[in-house]
Amino acid sequence: MSAATPSRDGSSLGAAVGALLKSREVAVAVVLVLLIAATTLKSDAFLFSSTGWRDLLLTPSMLVLLAVGQTAVIITRNVDLSVGSTLGLTAYLTGRLFIDTSLPIILVVLAAVLMGAVLGLVNGVLVAWGRVPALVITLGTMYIYRGAFLTWAGSDRINAGDMPRAFRDLGTDSILGIPVLTIVAVVVLAAVGYYLHTARGGREFYAIGSDPDAAHLYGLRISRRIMAAFVLSGALAGLAGAVSAARFGTVSSSVGTGIEFEAVGAAVIGGVAIFGGSGTVWGAALGAFLLVTINRSLPVLGISDFWQQAVVGALIVGAITLDRVLVRRQEKKLVAARDDAGSSHAGPPTREPVVATTAPGSPGASAPGDTSSPTDPQEGTR
Amino acid sequence: MKIHNRRLAGLAAVALAASMALTACGSDSDGGEGASGDGGGTYTFIPKNLGNPYFDTSNAGGEKAIGEFGGEYEQVGPATGDDPAGQVTYINTATQQGRSALIVSANDPDALCDAIGEAMDADIPVVTYDADTNPDCRDIFVSQADAAGIAQAQVDLIADQIGDSGEIAFLSAAANATNQNEWIDLMTAEFEANHPDITVVDTVYGDDDDQKSFDATAALLQTHPDLAGIISPTTVGIAAAARYLSTSDAKGEVKLTGLGTPNQMREYVEDGTVDAFALWNPADLGYLAAYTANALATGEIEGEGDSFTAGDLGDYTVGADNVVLLGDPFVFDADNIGDFDF
Repeated sequence: MSAATPSRDGSSLGAAVGALLKSREVAVAVVLVLLIAATTLKSDAFLFSSTGWRDLLLTPSMLVLLAVGQTAVIITRNVDLSVGSTLGLTAYLTGRLFIDTSLPIILVVLAAVLMGAVLGLVNGVLVAWGRVPALVITLGTMYIYRGAFLTWAGSDRINAGDMPRAFRDLGTDSILGIPVLTIVAVVVLAAVGYYLHTARGGREFYAIGSDPDAAHLYGLRISRRIMAAFVLSGALAGLAGAVSAARFGTVSSSVGTGIEFEAVGAAVIGGVAIFGGSGTVWGAALGAFLLVTINRSLPVLGISDFWQQAVVGALIVGAITLDRVLVRRQEKKLVAARDDAGSSHAGPPTREPVVATTAPGSPGASAPGDTSSPTDPQEGTR
Repeated sequence: MKIHNRRLAGLAAVALAASMALTACGSDSDGGEGASGDGGGTYTFIPKNLGNPYFDTSNAGGEKAIGEFGGEYEQVGPATGDDPAGQVTYINTATQQGRSALIVSANDPDALCDAIGEAMDADIPVVTYDADTNPDCRDIFVSQADAAGIAQAQVDLIADQIGDSGEIAFLSAAANATNQNEWIDLMTAEFEANHPDITVVDTVYGDDDDQKSFDATAALLQTHPDLAGIISPTTVGIAAAARYLSTSDAKGEVKLTGLGTPNQMREYVEDGTVDAFALWNPADLGYLAAYTANALATGEIEGEGDSFTAGDLGDYTVGADNVVLLGDPFVFDADNIGDFDF
């Protein structure tokens, strides 16, 4: 949505709006902190025991990886439902490589990432060139990949004893009190976040998601970007597969079932607009952190299993509602700002004014400006 | 047309069976010294699927038994464990070959009944093991365990491991899993009746999902800091719980037992996270199934109430619904886990 653009041009108005925009990430972070605080009051081991501290940081790392990939895809106004199956397949590949070959750990992990990327490429090619909605394509590949996994693995499962101890230790080891897998997730998050925020290619993701037609008219290579998003999502699902194998120590053919919806949920809770064009991986990562931590703390707070799903659902609905409220409030502010500035255009307060404040501010001065300005005018009409 | 064909096939099968039986009688004069009679004969094991370590183990037990009574062992089966049609083909083939008896682990309770019926029409006894068909379409089901035995074994294990006092919790599969709930009810009743110092403080569900069971274990430890033990009567749950415990502060402090398979649990038994857990011994199951098939083939037993001797395992009686029960679950611990691979 238009919300993503004005804050990044660094103008004084942008800075003011930026504070408001950031509130989504801040809001999720505040809820997260409150949740951790409440749970810790109930049972101080939740935060202060060494296992509690480790689990707090470690448990979300897998979902963070998926949510980051999912965010890149959703920003381009697509969705990737096949990540759960991809995760399962690559987790099994990881185990199989340890059983059947003597490849070093790093190569096995790379193989998992590579396989995930290839599976993502299949999605990307079908979506970008098949011109079929990603929802349908990835729903199809979700079943195809899961079916391939079932055929490959059958009733076989990878057990802890099948994988080298050094690999499994990666699932629990810490460096300076921070679990290794959390560090991996944070590094990925930072790299993707930096790319999406600053690089030209990253900004094009937003432009495409804001308005594919305008992006096309402007001459952006849409197919290539969409494919890149799916390859990234697949590769991160592949990495998450290796992470899953290391952390849980077993791989059965049900691994990763349903986690694609958690990844989408995390992104939505973190403020990524489901129709593309807006949102940050930071938000999605915080959303993932919150989702996982809710599931871990509700039992400690004495809320029964049966309510946990409902709470997560309420959170997603709440996040979307909050989204609308924030966008509307921001529109009003922008309209007010425009009226104060004495701009003309007495039309109904659509989102058009956003463009009026953005485009003159940075015409091609920075990467964000140059991709968003031509696409935004179309957006008010959506 | 179809019926006609089937009748023809049936006839052919009977003819074949008759001729095979005659040759078998001629050639197999030096039967084994097995306690269940003459022995001899040809026995076909049809597991749910081939290449499955569980069935490899149980059928190896069957092969051993067949060797003891001097029969001939054969194993055929589909490649995947959800292929009743594949099993039907193998049952039909074995029927046409006129084997002495078939020992089947059914991929579907109904889908095999026609094929099994044809085999039985051709006087070939059919024993199911591990997974039953509908009771009225096979001769005897060799059951690996009954609910009471499974519950008792787990109660005994945890009571022994935590010194017969303290808080315990269940990590189950799904909240609506019939067998899990039955076992948990039986175990709870047993604790109340005979272990007054053990309190059941919680039952959590991992949905037989590694990750969910893993997180549920973590939550259990958070919620109940004084927890002494966890019982997980599901193979996925116990492995996930063991994985969590093995990397947590609670390793060795909180005891874990339940139903698991040796390959899943080997790592955790060896590193001291788990002392002992239970499951039936699939080798014994296959062994008993083979002796049961032999007793049927030789006419030693016919159905409910009849008794026979199954080699080293001792005497068995056919129970209600023509079920032969293997017995109490087998306990795996550090001393014997190395002997198993399934």
